[in-house]
Amino acid sequence: MRGAAAIVGVADAASPSGELELTGRALEAAMVREALADAGLTLGDVDGVCHATSSMRLAEYLSIEPRFTDSTMTGGSSFEVHAEHAAAAIAAGLCEVVVSVYQATPRSDRRRGAGRYRPDPGDHNPSLEWEAPYGLRMPMGPYAMAANRHMACFGTTPEQLAEIAVSTRAWAALNPRARYRDPLTAEEVLASPYECEPLHRLDCCLVTDGAGAFVMTSAARARSLRNPPVFVLGASTAHDHSMITAMPDLTTTPGAVSGRHAFEMARLGPADVDVLEGYDSFTITALLHLEDLGFCAKGEGGPFVEGGRTAPGGALPMNTNGGGLSYTHPGMYGMFLIVEAVRQLRGECGERQVEGAEVAVAHGSGMVLSCMSTLVLGTEATL
Amino acid sequence: MRFEPPVGPGAEPFWDATRQGRLVLPWCTTCGRPFWFPREVCPRCLGDSLEWRDAAGDGTVYAFTVEHRPSPPSSPYDEPYVVALVELAEEVRLMSNIVGCRPSAVSVGMAVQVTWEPLGDGRQLPLFEPATAR
Repeated sequence: MRGAAAIVGVADAASPSGELELTGRALEAAMVREALADAGLTLGDVDGVCHATSSMRLAEYLSIEPRFTDSTMTGGSSFEVHAEHAAAAIAAGLCEVVVSVYQATPRSDRRRGAGRYRPDPGDHNPSLEWEAPYGLRMPMGPYAMAANRHMACFGTTPEQLAEIAVSTRAWAALNPRARYRDPLTAEEVLASPYECEPLHRLDCCLVTDGAGAFVMTSAARARSLRNPPVFVLGASTAHDHSMITAMPDLTTTPGAVSGRHAFEMARLGPADVDVLEGYDSFTITALLHLEDLGFCAKGEGGPFVEGGRTAPGGALPMNTNGGGLSYTHPGMYGMFLIVEAVRQLRGECGERQVEGAEVAVAHGSGMVLSCMSTLVLGTEATL
Repeated sequence: MRFEPPVGPGAEPFWDATRQGRLVLPWCTTCGRPFWFPREVCPRCLGDSLEWRDAAGDGTVYAFTVEHRPSPPSSPYDEPYVVALVELAEEVRLMSNIVGCRPSAVSVGMAVQVTWEPLGDGRQLPLFEPATAR
């Protein structure tokens, strides 16, 4: 599978106001149109569709008759999983051109009074029985517990977590479409009110509108298209719980498994990575990725992020678009990880471009640290 | 306001025992070990030979968060409160509230013991308090 498929088109939508004009399928259609145009392909070329809710309804709306379909829903990591499945399907010859698309507009929905997401009461969810009575706020409560446990086990400090928000904001300052671009200090993060202690408001991601899409095709076809192909070198997914009560170890995510397998497939390691796009729903989320993917040892994430290591100019550029913390976060952020990784590897990122980026990792996290999916992406030179 | 939990498949014996203030755990008679959360089969061997045994009611705080912004009606308390994962002596980990002390007094590893809060239908909800309170 290594190098058999490549991402050839991407699109995303976000705005400094946090709101978008379009909603729903119309927004998805716009993203598909843009991503296909970016690739130099048309709707008629598409023979595979991925969507985190219903690939069938999407295909019907777009009048696509696919021979590969994937409605995998693992929360925020859904799009990394789609990319993994699409690459495997393309490598196996099941299909040739796959599109995955996402949109959510929670910010403007709220203004329009469209109401907030409510879980389906008919779904038997053990969390309703064993967690909901205790008033754990979702989704920040489980992440706060993980941060608490990490602090107790390894001495990680609130200042170190804040450092991640500060470094990410410095990247956002270089992205004209980011929601927040003003410089941020660790003191400001620590002075922001607690949401769920030990996580402050500025340890938490945004709530914005946003949308995106990617198009993937075979390596051979990718080379005939207008953009430099971004090859899938490695991909792996792992999950070990759904509700936080069932997480085996709150300081180690299943990213330790998905990361190892993805790097093995890519025949690369953390030291080879030029850009890390690591799901940052909360500062603790990003810190856990750094450890579980092997950028530092377990428990050493706190010291690792000190001194702006993941900021512009730092040794490990992380979340170069400003991340879920400062760029955009419509609920399932994984699509934006892929879009930014592709743009970095194509050298299109302007002020925030990481010079000479050849290898990027897009590492998605879904639900409450439940499902991790790791993509190792590379340029032609990395094959 | 306290959200009253539904009784899920396989969990009836757990909730029935709470009516007498007994904290019971499902044990797999094949594996000889308890598991959490209650379900119809053992999550290790998928065996359905289960029995319910009384737990000691003692445990330690594995991880916790202080909810600083209670948001009715999903919050059980009006003041900042602690939601914790409690590791029982039987080596299962369940979610609960830590009560009977200030949130700032709670720490990871702290010894706790079960206490009960009545629900509207006669069932009781297991909560935990500092072990020294007994």
